Amino acid sequence: MHRLLPVVLALVLSVTAAQVKAQDAPAEDRPGVNPRDSARDASSDTRKGVLRVVVADPFIELHTGPGRGYPVFYVVERGAQISILKRRTDWFQVRTDRGVRGWVPRAQMIDTLLPTGEPLDLGEPVRDNYMSRRWQGGVAAGDFGGASLISAFGGYAFSDHLSIELTLNHVLGEFSNGYGATLGLLHVFAPEWRLSPYFTLGTGVIYTDPKSTLVRTEDRTDQIGYVGGGLQLYVTRRFMLRSEYRHNVIFTDRNENEEVTEWKYLGFAFFF
Amino acid sequence: MEISRLRLLLLTALACVALPGCAMFSRGAPLPPIGAGSEAATRADAATDQTGPADRPVIEPAVERREIRRPRIDTEDFELGMYVGILNIEDFESNAVYGARLAYHLTEDFFLEASLGQSRAGRTSYERLSGAADLLTDDDRDYTYYALSLGWNILPGEVFVGENRAYNTSFYVLAGIGSTTFAGDDRFTVNAGFGYRILPADWLALHFDVRDHIFDIDLLGRKKIVNNLEAHLGLSIFF
Repeated sequence: MHRLLPVVLALVLSVTAAQVKAQDAPAEDRPGVNPRDSARDASSDTRKGVLRVVVADPFIELHTGPGRGYPVFYVVERGAQISILKRRTDWFQVRTDRGVRGWVPRAQMIDTLLPTGEPLDLGEPVRDNYMSRRWQGGVAAGDFGGASLISAFGGYAFSDHLSIELTLNHVLGEFSNGYGATLGLLHVFAPEWRLSPYFTLGTGVIYTDPKSTLVRTEDRTDQIGYVGGGLQLYVTRRFMLRSEYRHNVIFTDRNENEEVTEWKYLGFAFFF
Repeated sequence: MEISRLRLLLLTALACVALPGCAMFSRGAPLPPIGAGSEAATRADAATDQTGPADRPVIEPAVERREIRRPRIDTEDFELGMYVGILNIEDFESNAVYGARLAYHLTEDFFLEASLGQSRAGRTSYERLSGAADLLTDDDRDYTYYALSLGWNILPGEVFVGENRAYNTSFYVLAGIGSTTFAGDDRFTVNAGFGYRILPADWLALHFDVRDHIFDIDLLGRKKIVNNLEAHLGLSIFF
């Protein structure tokens, strides 16, 4: 229980140290003109390989934080160069040649140009090109033969239609608990539709742990095979909702195989 | 046996012939016939010698191809951190809780969070007062949980410390599902709560969180829903 304590303490201490250091250089905390390191930053950015872009709109606005509500405190005119320091969701932290740091939304960032004159391509996963995103992940909740099911999945798409998917299941039932991992293929019939059905087929293992208070049965690990189908709904940007049904066959070492119906009522998936 | 050996021999021979043949094709142009080759080469050499410096273009178009390597933008959508706080386990006292969290910020409004925490249950009042045998063994008093939640930054903002400092903050609500291992069993758990995040630097966040972990338990004879409230302070870094 106390294993994590030293790590937490170390983190707290290091932050305190960082804070003390930050107090020595107050100009860093609040966005604003900091002429001390302006010229140096511009030249070192070029050297370090920080992406520099040229403002092509009449001006772009710098916000104090990465969110639409944060106030605009500075504007950069057309023709000026800025360095892109980092990105958080749809916001870009930039630094001007005068050393001003602020956050610019994606909508303004896509109108900037690279020093070569090309438009800046941010490769966004919008509806037009979401199919070209290869990696996908998500979580889902549902029912596994009467027990609660928590499921996490990750997939890699070979093509627009076909992908391979790894699913980790945690089954929480009244009589037994279980963990499962399956690997399967998933075929999306019409990825260009907003609501598209898919078919899935795969295999894996399931570990079942009956509750000790009930009948004395052994823990066991069995192979599992499944066939199923589902619906995926493209919501916006890079999010999808999905709902899935699977028919599982558990290959037990008894005389009969077990058949289990699995429903993932609601799943939430996103593209990387 | 005999036949297969013969076959092997023939196949080896075929391979010996075919492979150099293929290699010749891969060079593109067919090789000139032997004898004629050397003659053609001499003629070509002579032609090159005749092209004097006068025939060469004034400017050699030797444009060096510049390799453009576009720097990648450092994306900081993940947040990894630790927390320490107090967990009130219903009927089993309150105790310290330690945990780790990993969040992925989908948009400026929404994030997914996976958290993993552990604590330890104390003794019930019944165990204390009655002097009877304990309800749980020592191992069964370990309390661990994981939770997968969706968070919503409902009130983003700034706080001002003194005259020169402004820190970005966010008040968020979150809810999700997970599992709690307690009293020798995994239990499906629903969690919901709210939190407040302050960013002293762009890469660093301090959290204050309050969560309720709700699950069914039938430990004390009758099945009931328990609410285990947790309050914790956390620290996380964006990467």
